[in-house]
Amino acid sequence: MGRYVARRLLQMIPVFIGTTFLVFCMIYVLPGDPVRSLWGDKVPDPAQLAAIRAQLGLDQPLWQQYLDYMGGLLTGDLGTTTVGRPVADEMGRAFPVTIRLAVIAFLFSSVAGITLGVLGGMRRGKYVDTGILIFTMLVISMPVFVLGYVMRHVFATELGWVTPTVQNSEEIGQLLLPGVVLGMLSLAYVARLTRTTVAENLRADFMRTARAKGLPRRRIVRVHLLRNSMIPVVTFLGTDLGALMGGAIVTEGIFNVHGVGRLVYDALVRRESAVVVGTVTVLVLIYLAANLLVDLLYAVLDPRIRYA
Amino acid sequence: MTTVPLLEVRDLQVEFHTRDGVAKAVNGVSYTVEAGQTLAVLGESGSGKSVTAQAVMGILDMPPGRITGGQILYRGQDLLTMSEEQRRKIRGDRIAMIFQDALSSLNPVLSVGYQLAEMFRVHRGMSRRQARARAIELMDRVRIPGARERVNDYPHQFSGGMRQRIMIAMALALEPDLIIADEPTTALDVTVQAQVMDLLAELQREYRMGLILITHDLGVVADVADTIAVMYAGRIVERADVHQLYRRPAHPYTKGLLDSVPRLDHKGGELYAIKGLPPSLTSLPGGCAFSPRCAAATDLCRSQTPAVVPVAPGRVAACHHWKETLDAPAA
Repeated sequence: MGRYVARRLLQMIPVFIGTTFLVFCMIYVLPGDPVRSLWGDKVPDPAQLAAIRAQLGLDQPLWQQYLDYMGGLLTGDLGTTTVGRPVADEMGRAFPVTIRLAVIAFLFSSVAGITLGVLGGMRRGKYVDTGILIFTMLVISMPVFVLGYVMRHVFATELGWVTPTVQNSEEIGQLLLPGVVLGMLSLAYVARLTRTTVAENLRADFMRTARAKGLPRRRIVRVHLLRNSMIPVVTFLGTDLGALMGGAIVTEGIFNVHGVGRLVYDALVRRESAVVVGTVTVLVLIYLAANLLVDLLYAVLDPRIRYA
Repeated sequence: MTTVPLLEVRDLQVEFHTRDGVAKAVNGVSYTVEAGQTLAVLGESGSGKSVTAQAVMGILDMPPGRITGGQILYRGQDLLTMSEEQRRKIRGDRIAMIFQDALSSLNPVLSVGYQLAEMFRVHRGMSRRQARARAIELMDRVRIPGARERVNDYPHQFSGGMRQRIMIAMALALEPDLIIADEPTTALDVTVQAQVMDLLAELQREYRMGLILITHDLGVVADVADTIAVMYAGRIVERADVHQLYRRPAHPYTKGLLDSVPRLDHKGGELYAIKGLPPSLTSLPGGCAFSPRCAAATDLCRSQTPAVVPVAPGRVAACHHWKETLDAPAA
């Protein structure tokens, strides 16, 4: 077990180097010039332009820039933006917001998704089940921005329960609606997955044994049915947590949330390679960590899984 | 003796609503089991032997199943008129069941100790620790080596024979009055089959339990059963003491079954098989359900369903021509 975890953690190193380098290259080949854009419509002074380039190291070849960046990382320096702000500060402001948003979305999608899935799976073919299937199908087939605008219109404009856009991204209450919108797609998938495994396990031989043992119905469902049905769902939820973090760009845009999505988007527009690389790398690491956690949890839930 | 039997099934009728119509899985089955006695229920797949057992246990899937008639009397009390909560308390506690495939019948993600202890915790309200100690005792009782070390193991870590012992232990946990074993040895190796069957028979004697042994293995039946009920298409076609039935079957189907057992003194000869297939339960033939496959069938057989009639003391058969069958020389 310990060796397995160590090996998985070591595997993260090449992935880390690979992702940073890839993102670095992509930013490099993007059209546009971050330094030139500092002048806007005005004609820049070539000498000043060159000076800023040299100062930011942008006159160096790609590999040199990459090595410099990685060297900085080793000393804990995430680099600075073109206007001179430390990237670490920018990320430090954006990540807590997106993490909060993702956690809300995650809680919403797992609790509501599993509940709906269990309801549907246990009453397969009944109205409840059909209703859930139609609802989840609608959610899956609808683009996030449509869903986002519809829900904003209903809950903010019509009902007036919340403000249409988030005024303060630090406040949990204001992040509820964006969180629900963000978690909606996962909810649909979780509900469908849960429904399938519940319906499948309901017919399993060990469920018949549980009934033959004279166990109360509540116990049969909680201990015997759910425990088995949750195995694939937990796997999905774990990878989903990573995806929610990175997938918030559209939702953050709709609700004006100043999170990671917003940060990456703005950085991309301004070609701030240090910000993009740093943010994407952290997202990748979170994703990898979530995956590792899921794999370990898998062994706890299913004793048939062994790691060597 | 006019004491109430341990279990009496009276004229049980079970239907299944399927896409192809109503399947009459059980059509008027009656049998009794006394304490300490073994009743073997013999029949092909689909003859209704498992469905009858599931109805007795109260674990029939309803829907699609439906009990349309009859009584199931446990110590004189009709289980079918009890509340679900009353039945649940009897299930596992007074009447327990052993299933065929122990690997799929045990919960894969719970340790065997937990699954055994569950019986004591739910039915006896024991603490976790007490129940666990009892689980280890049980595993010892069914002769699982190293019970103390293996109590936290999971079903997949045991061999087939050991798993079936755990199933037996689970059924025996609360020392029930009646055990229903649905093909308990079918999924096992032949060598292990005998061990498991011996263990079951020994424990049954020790606790003086009634045992309903559902099987299609005539060899197993001859060793352990007191009475045999042969089922065909949802009915009991013959019920008799094991020796009488083996020596002189009163129903052509029983005779066919006995003749289809491979015998050493016929080595090299062609194996006997009953011709044809069992009828579809959604469209049972008129008259005797076995008549399309019966060599001795007459017009009477094809038009009238034979009643279950006594053919000797303690012995019944459902055949118009039971006398001829009974008197026919052995093959």
